[in-house]
Formats: sequence, C-alpha cells, structure tokens
Amino acid sequence: MIYRIEHLTQYAYGSPVGLSFQIAHLHPRDDEEQTCLSHSLTVDPSPEHIDEGQDYFGNKLARFELISPHAKLAITATSEVDVRREPNTPAESEKWEDVRQYFAETRWGQDADSAAAEFLFPSPLVPHTPSLREYASTSFVPDAQIAEAALDLMTRIHEDFEFDSTATHVTTSIETVLEIRRGVCQDFAHLMIGCLRALGLPARYVSGYLLTQPPPGQPRLVGADASHAWVALYIPSHGWLALDPTNNIVPGDKHVMLAWGRDFSDVSPLRGVILGGGEHEVEVGVTVTPIASQEQDEVDVSD
Amino acid sequence: MRSAVTPMRNSAYYPCLVAVCIFTFPLLLAAAVFTSDASPVRHAPSAEEPLPRMPLLHRYTAPADRYDELLAANGKPRAHWEKVIKHLEWMGPRALQESREAVQRQIAANGVTYNVYADPRGADRPWDLDLLPQVLPAEEWDEIAVAIRQRATLLNAVLRDLYGPQKLIAEGQLPASIIQGHPGFLRACHGIEAPGGVHLHLYAADIARAPDGHWWVVSDRTQAPSGAGYALENRALIGSQFPELLRKLRVQPLNTFFQTLRDSLAQWAPRDDEAPLIVLLTPGMLNETYFEHAYLARHMGIPLVEGQDLTVRNGAVFLKTLAGLRRVHAILRRVDDSWCDPMELRSESALGVPGLVDVARKGGVLIANALGSGLIESGALLGYLPAVCEHVLGEELAMPSVATWWCGEEPALEEVAERINSLVIKNAYGFAAEGPVFGGDLDAAAREALIRRIHEQPRNFVGQEMVRMSRVPVWGPQNASLEARLTGLRVYAAATPNGYIVMPGGLSRVAGLQDARVITIQRGGGSKDTWVLAGAQEELPLTPPRVVDYPTIVTEHDHGSLASRTGDSMFWLARYVERADCALRLLRCGLRQQLSADDAEWPALLVAGLRCGVITTHDAAFAEVSAKPLTPQATLLVSLKDGKFPGGPINNLRNVVRLARTLRDRLAPDSWRIYNRLDRLTTSWMRGAHTLSDALEFLDQSLLALITLSGYSMEHMTRDAGWRFQSIGRRVERMQFLAIALEALLVPDKGPPALASLIDLSDAVLTYRRRYQRAPEGGPVAELILTDRDNPRAFLYQLESLADHVGLLPGQLPADTCTPLRLLAEQLLTRKPEDWINSSVQTAALRTLLQESWQAGNQLANFLQNRYFSHLDARTTIS
Repeated sequence: MIYRIEHLTQYAYGSPVGLSFQIAHLHPRDDEEQTCLSHSLTVDPSPEHIDEGQDYFGNKLARFELISPHAKLAITATSEVDVRREPNTPAESEKWEDVRQYFAETRWGQDADSAAAEFLFPSPLVPHTPSLREYASTSFVPDAQIAEAALDLMTRIHEDFEFDSTATHVTTSIETVLEIRRGVCQDFAHLMIGCLRALGLPARYVSGYLLTQPPPGQPRLVGADASHAWVALYIPSHGWLALDPTNNIVPGDKHVMLAWGRDFSDVSPLRGVILGGGEHEVEVGVTVTPIASQEQDEVDVSD
Repeated sequence: MRSAVTPMRNSAYYPCLVAVCIFTFPLLLAAAVFTSDASPVRHAPSAEEPLPRMPLLHRYTAPADRYDELLAANGKPRAHWEKVIKHLEWMGPRALQESREAVQRQIAANGVTYNVYADPRGADRPWDLDLLPQVLPAEEWDEIAVAIRQRATLLNAVLRDLYGPQKLIAEGQLPASIIQGHPGFLRACHGIEAPGGVHLHLYAADIARAPDGHWWVVSDRTQAPSGAGYALENRALIGSQFPELLRKLRVQPLNTFFQTLRDSLAQWAPRDDEAPLIVLLTPGMLNETYFEHAYLARHMGIPLVEGQDLTVRNGAVFLKTLAGLRRVHAILRRVDDSWCDPMELRSESALGVPGLVDVARKGGVLIANALGSGLIESGALLGYLPAVCEHVLGEELAMPSVATWWCGEEPALEEVAERINSLVIKNAYGFAAEGPVFGGDLDAAAREALIRRIHEQPRNFVGQEMVRMSRVPVWGPQNASLEARLTGLRVYAAATPNGYIVMPGGLSRVAGLQDARVITIQRGGGSKDTWVLAGAQEELPLTPPRVVDYPTIVTEHDHGSLASRTGDSMFWLARYVERADCALRLLRCGLRQQLSADDAEWPALLVAGLRCGVITTHDAAFAEVSAKPLTPQATLLVSLKDGKFPGGPINNLRNVVRLARTLRDRLAPDSWRIYNRLDRLTTSWMRGAHTLSDALEFLDQSLLALITLSGYSMEHMTRDAGWRFQSIGRRVERMQFLAIALEALLVPDKGPPALASLIDLSDAVLTYRRRYQRAPEGGPVAELILTDRDNPRAFLYQLESLADHVGLLPGQLPADTCTPLRLLAEQLLTRKPEDWINSSVQTAALRTLLQESWQAGNQLANFLQNRYFSHLDARTTIS
C-alpha cells in the first residue's frame, strides 16, 4: 500500500517570536517493511536553511532556526510511503523469563540483541515503577510465552483504559495514567513500554500515522487523521514485535512508521525553543491518503 | 613587609622590624608580640638546631589503624613536616589563634562563600578553611602527578570512544549497558567531534591515602570539576599567613595552571579573523560554588556569563553586549551536561543556551568539558579501567581505584551482597539523589531491603570498599591545639597541546567531625591549603613555559562593553525605583488628604491611582466577608499593604531589592546599604501594625531612601552605558506616571481638576507657593508641571531629557529613534501652558498628547529591550 501523508502544524503566537529553534522528526524512516518514496518539508516563514540529519537512533530529522520576528509559523511535511507490513505474530515464542534472563546478562557486542538492550532502561518519560510491574504481571504469568503474554497485556490495556483526549496532556506521568485509566495513544504506548521494561524486557516507542476510515458515505476529511504511537517489543527469536495498545491490534499496512526511540521525547514530531511569543495556539492536521489501492479499511479508531 | 612577623635568621634585625610593623600591620604585630611566653622578641628556629619540645603535639598521637599525614609510626613528625612544626611551635598557640582569626576576617572581607542548599543560614555561607596546610613532599607528589596525568589521558580516550566509534564496546572492553542505562549518556552528543580530540579539558580526581601510605582514586570528576578556584583562594589566604615558610619550603606556586588552561582553550577554539573570546558559563548566583565561578573568571580575565547572556545564530554562539553581539569561541562551563541546551537536552532547562549542541556539532564553538563528559564519572566504570588502560595506552594503571563492584554483572552482584557489611553502596551513575549507604550501619532488615533493591535494579548500584582515609592535623580553635581529622585530596589536571598538566597542589578536604566518614563540603566539611614541596634540584617556574604560540584572547577589559543582562537589570532597577517612588507619593498624597478630612480631590486621585495600577479597591483579605465598597482610607491602606498586586508599592519595592541583589557586584557599598534599608523598611512594615501613622512613617522613610538613591545616581555614578540606561528607565517611568496623573488631575474628562494633588505628587508644593503665591490655579499649575523645561519633575523635562539620553546611547541607532519624543515635546510648546486647559477642545487635544506620550514610552522601552538586551532586532544581529 502506498500512502501520501500531509502533516501540517501551525502556530499562532500572541506576540511576535524573535528567535525560534526547531527540530522536526517528520521524515518517515525506512525498514524492511516500508520505504519512504519521497519527502518534502516546507516552513513558512522560510528559515535561512534547513539542516537534515540523523539522530542517535537512525531517525531522519531536520533542524532549522528563524531569526526574524514572526507571529505565525507553519510547517508542512509531505511524504509518500510504500508500506508492506504484515501483522505477523510468532505462533511459538520463548518463555518471557528466558528473555528477561538473557537481557539481565551483561552484553558486550554491537549486534542486534545488544542494540535492543538500549530499550531496557528507564527513559525521560518512562520511569520504572513497581505499580507498572504489578499491572503487567497479570499477563506475564510464570512460564508464559512472551508473544502471547504481550498480546494479552495489549488487550488488557485496550479494555481497562478509556480513550479520552481531554484527560491527559504531554506532561502527564504514566503513574497518573495508570491511576485514572484514561489517556491517548501516547499514554498507552508509554504505559505498555513501562510495563514491559519493568519486567526486564526491551521495548521501544514508535511514532507514526494510522489510516482512518471515514464514516460510511462520507468523504475522507482533510486533516482529520492524527499522529499515532505504538510499541515494539524485542523477542530474540523473532525480532521486533509491533503492538498497538490503543487499538488492540498488531500493526500491519495501515500503520505508517515515522521514527522510533525510547519514548516520545526522543521522537516528538516537532520540538522547539522560542524567544517571545506569549500565549500561543497550535493546530495540527494530518491527512493520510492511500494512493495505490482502494481497499476498504478495517481499522476505525485512531490516536 | 609581612616578613616582619615571620621567622628571621638574624635576630639582630628583628626588633627594628617590629618597630616598623607597628605602623603598618598592627594586626600582625599583635601576632608577633603576644605569641611568646617569655619575650616578644624571639628568633626563629633554624634547621641546624635540634627540634624543640612540642607542646603543640602532646595531645596529637598517631593512630594505629590509619596513615597519619603528620606523624610517622614512631610518633615523630615526618621529615617534610619538621620545618612546619618547628615554625608553628615558634609561633605558639596565641599567634596561631590570631592567624586563624586573620584568615577568618579575610574570608569575610573577600566574600569567600559556599552556598549550601540545605543550610538554614542559606546562601553565602562563609568558606571553611583550616589554618594549617596539608604538606606533600616532592617525590610523593611526582608519583601522584604521573598517575593523574595518565588517568586524564585515559579517561579522555574513553570519552572520545564512547561518543564516537564505541570500539571499546565492540571489542568487549566495556559492557554496552554501562552507557545504555546511564542517564548521563547524552545521545544527542554522540558523534560530535571535540576540537583536537579533547573532551576533557579540566579533570579532577578525589584521592585518599590508605593505611599503607599509598594513594587511591575514590572518584573522578569529569564534567565541570569544582574546587580549583577555592584551592587558589586557599593559597592566597594561608600563604599570606606563612610567607617566609612558603619560600623556605619551596612550595610550588599554583598561579600558572589556569592561565595554561585558558591559553590551551584559545588554541583549540575555532578560528576566524577575531581574537578568540572565551567565557565562563555559570548557572548563576544561587549555585553552591558561585563564588568560585566569579573568582576564576576574574583570575583568568574572561567574562562570567549566564545562559541568557549567550545566543545562538547561524551556527555560532554570541555574547549579548550593549555594543552588540560578540562571537564566543570557547565556553568553559560550570553548568552540568544535561542543562546546557533546552533544545536538544533537558527541555526544562533555563540555565542553558538553546541551540548550543548543534553549534558544537558543527564545530562552531569549543565547549570545555565537552557535553556529555559526566558519563565517565560513573563508579560502574572503575572496575574496568585497569584492563582498558592496558588496552588503550598499553601501560599499567598507575594509581588504582578503590575496589568497586558494579552490580550490573552477576558475579559482582553476588560479591556485593555477600560483603555488604564492609562496603559503601552508591548509585552507579553518580547521581547524588541518594547519598552513599554504609552497609555496616544497617540492621538486618534494612540490609535485606537494600539487597532486594539492588537485585531489582542491579545496574544502578556499585559497592565500594571503604577507604581508611588518612588523618591530618587541623588547628582546633576551641582548644587552641592540633586536632586530627580525616582527609582526602582533590587534584586537578588540564589539557594542553603537549598533554595534561597537573596543578601542583589541590583542594584538601577534611571531615567536619573527628570520626566523620564522609567528606563533603555540602555537609559541613572544611578545606585546607595543599603545599607541594619542590624537589631538591627543581627550579620553580615563575612563568609557564610557552610551549605553543597561543593566540591572544579577548578579555572583558578589552571589549569594555557591559553584558546586556547587566544593562537590562540596571534599566529595570531604575524603572522599579521610579515606580515605587510614584506609587508611594500617590498614596501619601491621598492619606494626607484623608487625615485633614479633605475629600474634594479624592475621586480624581482615585482615577489616577487606578489607571497607573497603584491603587487597588479589592481587599483580598476581606473580599468574601464584605461586599461593601472600601472607604477611601481603607482603599489607600489596602493598596499600601497588599504585596500581591503588581503595580503596588510593595511589589515594586520588592522588585527593587531583588534586582539590586542580582547587581550586587556592580553596586557600590554605600548604595547597597540604601537597598538594604529599603528591604528592612518594607519587611517591617509588612510585619507590623498597619495604623495610619505607621503608614505615613513608612511612606516618609521609604521615599527618603528612594530620594537618596536618586541623589546617589546623580552624584556618584560614572556616566557609562549602565548609568545611561538607568536614567532612561527612570525618565520613562516618570513620564508615563505624569502622563496619567496630568490627564486625571489637570484635564479630567469629568469632574473638576485636582490641582493640589497634582502639585503634591510632583513634589512642587514649595516651588508653587514661592513662585505664584496663591491658591492652585490651572494656568500656573500647567506651566510648572506640564511645560517647565527646568523642573525635573515636569512633563516636558521628561520628554526632552529622554530624547537626549537616547541620542547618546552606544552604537548606531536608526536616525528616527527619538523623533516621536521630539515631536511630542515640540507639540507641547506650540501653545502657552494655560491655553491647553482653556476649552474642552484644548483639553481633549492635551489628553490625546498625553496618551500618545505614554505609548511612545512603551515603544521606546520595547525598542531598547529588543535592540540592546534581547538582540531581537534583525538589523543588529550579525555584523
């Protein structure tokens, strides 16, 4: 499936911004299951230059600075991505305790397993807490197969937590989310990552988009889609297993990946520091359009 | 002259020197005269004489289980201490006591402080310095220096690898998780190449001596090591007490270390056609070692800056000065790694410089130490260093680290759990959130709990053997004798193009109590000067050998321009002073009228007070109890005691004091006393009873203090850019206040004018009476307060004076900068003063003019803010 994605972010500032630094993580990365065919980033007002680069995790990023006063800022990222992802889940997998033990041993090399070990540790937005381990242990019973237990955890999060875009904000801690049982995709991803890491299993945060289905008989609305986030768990015998706790599904070709990191703070689509600006408003619109296929979509919830 | 009170070989000259001393150093004379038991004139001991009896030492004994720095196993002083002890003996307890007091006084006078966050005495705790030095002989020091040089070289190589190719991990020398799990591993900084391959410019090691006399490394300080500035100050303070002894013992000088560091930074800094500008970046005055930052900046001759003084533009870092932006080539930082850039590191940091990481990435600035250097302070690394040293340098590690087990490895974890009673358990990643725990102190349950916690997150813990640290004598002022304290030494190395150099000395730290096991200055330990004796053949270098032809650096003195932040603070200080002045005057005027039961002008005065935000009619304390409007008198008192509403006098006075504090190093002691007085007045008014007479007393006293400040700025300040900004700040505020007051009191849109109030507010009661000798009338009042060029409290005076000041600001300003002010002044003079108030058409025109002036004041302030303080005016950014 090939998608065209337009991701528009608009800031309106209460008073002019004199100096603005921004880092964008808006360029979809490639892996075996998806290829970014084209990408463009436009910024208005236009900066002196846009530096493109890669972060520590291999994600593509763009940095730019604006040094002339401006009251509005619009950033548009347009990408075409070929997604070939199959929602594959291993039929058989090792016991989760074996994986924990495997990663408890000190790793010395630079192979894939060692690289995955990066995602065992607490990160800025995902601390280790006993309450997370307790929540997870209902799914990760002794001798359970790791993939099966992880799918069960995903299902429980989907059932126990309510999607509520007003209940949390960017700085809400996962302890709070665990307590109030509400949140958005970012919260559920952090929560699940926290659960897995608390058990000693490597898990990473994946940011991206999800194709949504308009209500029957209505056209696809421009900007109605949104950024999405899910989780990937590393299983040594299998590789990375993606899990979307918000929708209780294993991501397939409706999920378009942007970037991965330890948590949202590594890959936030836009991160900036401004001087001035006063109160500001931000509007984000994402439109995901399939351009190579007219298949019907089964997925109906996003964010 | 100081030699007068120090030992002299030839006693024949001594009495005469004492005589000279009487007139020059009475303080020190006391030390010389009253020290001896028998006669004030004693000659100093010489090396040939046998060591005299030592009453000083009779209570000081060598411990069996520790190394004693002073006494050998036989109970006699070690050779390198002999001369020191002889000298102390010769001085005697009273002179030593005097010397100690002299040091204490000097510490207070120099403002040597160490801020302790947890200390009830709060900021500015005096530095704790013992009178006696730690003494180390040349041979012993050489071994330390060689080992520290090697260790700095090694750690730099490790940093370079971990932030680069990570071969040490690929080759199995270091486990990956040692960095993967380390919060101090800054992923944003991975791949940044440090100029010259140097990450570690300034390095410090905490070392301690074991009972067998060997030194061990307890920990490494690699991101922004502190204490070296205190070591310099310790030498200045203690050296001045024992100058002759210092020379006789050939104690190695410290003063070239930082010059060499500075010159080396200049060498590696990015080159352009300017002389390199190096700055010292401090988190600010609340930091525990702020004194040291200021001291080092002065010592090195480089500007001391905070994050907000710097700005990033187009791949370079700039210092904001009143003369414009200056390129910064190198930053010696005292801000911790992750706080240096809110853009790519901790986003909540207000201490850093947005965009700094990216400039470093592009090679646009040298940062010392390189960002992320804190990584290798981790105790987890210590166990791997011997093998890594062999692997990287091909040599054996010269000074061992204290045995340390990182629990991230299974066998080490077992070892730690087994031996926990004899270990100190620390956070593996060096974060002070939890202090070290002594396994031996715990009861069985607590020990079990700790072991459980270690098992849960083994990688977060290290177990370290306890060092039986050596003991050193300190001067005990209570008993006037020597007392023993545990000691450790912090030694420093600096990178130069020819390899690392080691400061010949360092910061000796002593435990606060006789049996304390942890030495941290945060918890009340003290410090000592450290004397490294020169070897027999060694020449003491007076100036450092210039190994490289270093570029000349820019010093603060050379560019002579005030930092923008300072200008900004001075501008706002003056504005708050004037705001407070206006607010107090308005309230005093109202209260006086109330006291004389004269209510006629109250409505107009209330309008003026509300418009300029000086009066609040909302009594926060009683708002819920009573919905009745406040009486005039209550309104005035509420406005005077409410510290919360922004325009009120209390809030303005507090802002005055707050800003004065931040400018403390720029304010003369006399003016500082006035600020202190304002602070005390405000505090006691807010605490005390709020009767009418208290209020008037407070108003009079605080206005008097504010007037003294104005006088001070007129008569005592140099007319530099800072003064200019203060004057503009004052004029802007007074002009805006007058614009509102004139509109409300001279030409109110309804009701009669309130001329008596206006005269009072403008401090013109006497002048008016003398000049016009009649009751207040519109025409004369307008002449005196609206259009008098010579009255410094008249409106026209403010407009013209502002325009003059702006015209004299530094730098090229757009030609039209003062045009609006000049036009307003000209317009004011197109009519006779009394004509402005003759008809409703005229008064309306005057109201418009006053409103436009108020606006012009705001525009001017914003313009200055952008042009000189924030540097947001695009025209001025890059020259």
